[in-house]
Amino acid sequence: MTTRIVELRRGILKKNDELAAGLRASYTAAGVLVLNLVSSPGTGKTAFLERTLRELLAHGSRAAALVGDLETDNDARRLAASGAPVRQINTHGICHLDAEMIGRHLDGWNLGELDYLFIENVGNLVCPSSYDLGEKIRVVLLSVTEGEDKPLKYPTMFNSADAAVITKMDIAEPCGFDRELALRNINEIRPGILIFETSAKTGAGMQEWLGYLAAERGVL
Amino acid sequence: MHELSIVASVVDTVTESLAAYKGARVVEVRLRVGALASVVVDSLEFCWGIATEGTALEGAKLVVKTLPVVMHCEKCGRDVELEGVQSFRCPNCGEPCGDLRQGRELEIDSIEIDEVEEAV
Repeated sequence: MTTRIVELRRGILKKNDELAAGLRASYTAAGVLVLNLVSSPGTGKTAFLERTLRELLAHGSRAAALVGDLETDNDARRLAASGAPVRQINTHGICHLDAEMIGRHLDGWNLGELDYLFIENVGNLVCPSSYDLGEKIRVVLLSVTEGEDKPLKYPTMFNSADAAVITKMDIAEPCGFDRELALRNINEIRPGILIFETSAKTGAGMQEWLGYLAAERGVL
Repeated sequence: MHELSIVASVVDTVTESLAAYKGARVVEVRLRVGALASVVVDSLEFCWGIATEGTALEGAKLVVKTLPVVMHCEKCGRDVELEGVQSFRCPNCGEPCGDLRQGRELEIDSIEIDEVEEAV
C-alpha cells in the first residue's frame, strides 16, 4: 500500500462560482444592473424594494425582482403590486439563495428588456455571504431598530458588501438610534463603503439611492 | 448553518477526484478556510461523520487550516495580517483598509490517500 498526497486546490463552492460567472456574463451581455439585497429578517428589504421598484417604474425604467423566502409568496405579491415582473423563490428550508436557483427562476425572462434586476435574498446575515449570484452590487441593509453593532457582529456580510442602506430612518429618534455609532461601525468593517440613510415610508434618502442606481447602470 | 451542504460538496469533489485512483482509501482531507468564509469549523467537523458515512471518505480525518484576514495597506505599501475581524485597519499605522487579499478562502487544499496495490 502506498500513501500519496493529492493536491486538489479546488474551491468548495466552485460549482456555484462557475454558475455565477455564467450569470454575470449574461447580465453584462444584456446590459442589466443586478443587485443582491441582504439583511436580517425584518430589516425592511421588501418595503425598501417596493418603493425602489415603484419609483424606477415611475421614471420609465424597466426593473424586475426575484425574491427568496423559505416559504410563502407574500413578498412576491407585495412587490408585484408595483407593476414590475416579480418571481418568488421558495427555498423550503435552505438559508440562502444560490446561483442555480437564480438561473432556474430567470428562465423565460428576456434580460435584454430590463435595466435593473433586484434579488432579495433570504433574511440571513450569515450564509448568503458565501454565495455569489453573479450580481454587480451586493447591498447590505440595516434598520434603526436592530442595534448599531450589527456590522461588528456580522463582519463577513458587511465586509463583502458594495453598498449599505440604513432603513426605517423615520423611526430613528423614538428608537434611540445612535446614527454616528452605526456609521462608524459600518466604516470600521468596510472602510469607505457608500451608505444610504433611507425611509421607505417617507421616501427620505430615496433620491440619493436612485441616483446611485442610475449612475451604476450608466457605467455597465 | 450551511456547513452540511459545504461538507457534502467536499465529499462530491473528493469522490470525483478519486476516479483516477481506483480502490484508494482516503486517510485525510485538508481544507483551507478564511476567517471571513462564514463557516464554523466545529460545525464542519460535526457534519463530517454524517456526510462521509457510506462513501469512499468514510473514516477519513478532516483537517481545517484557518487563514487570517490579510489586507493591503496603501499607506504602508504592503500586505498586513489582521488579528481579528472587528476592525479593518492596518495594525501598524491605523489606516482603514479596503483591499482584501486573503480571508474568504473556502477550498480543498489536498487529500491523503492509501493506494491499494493491484492484485496480480
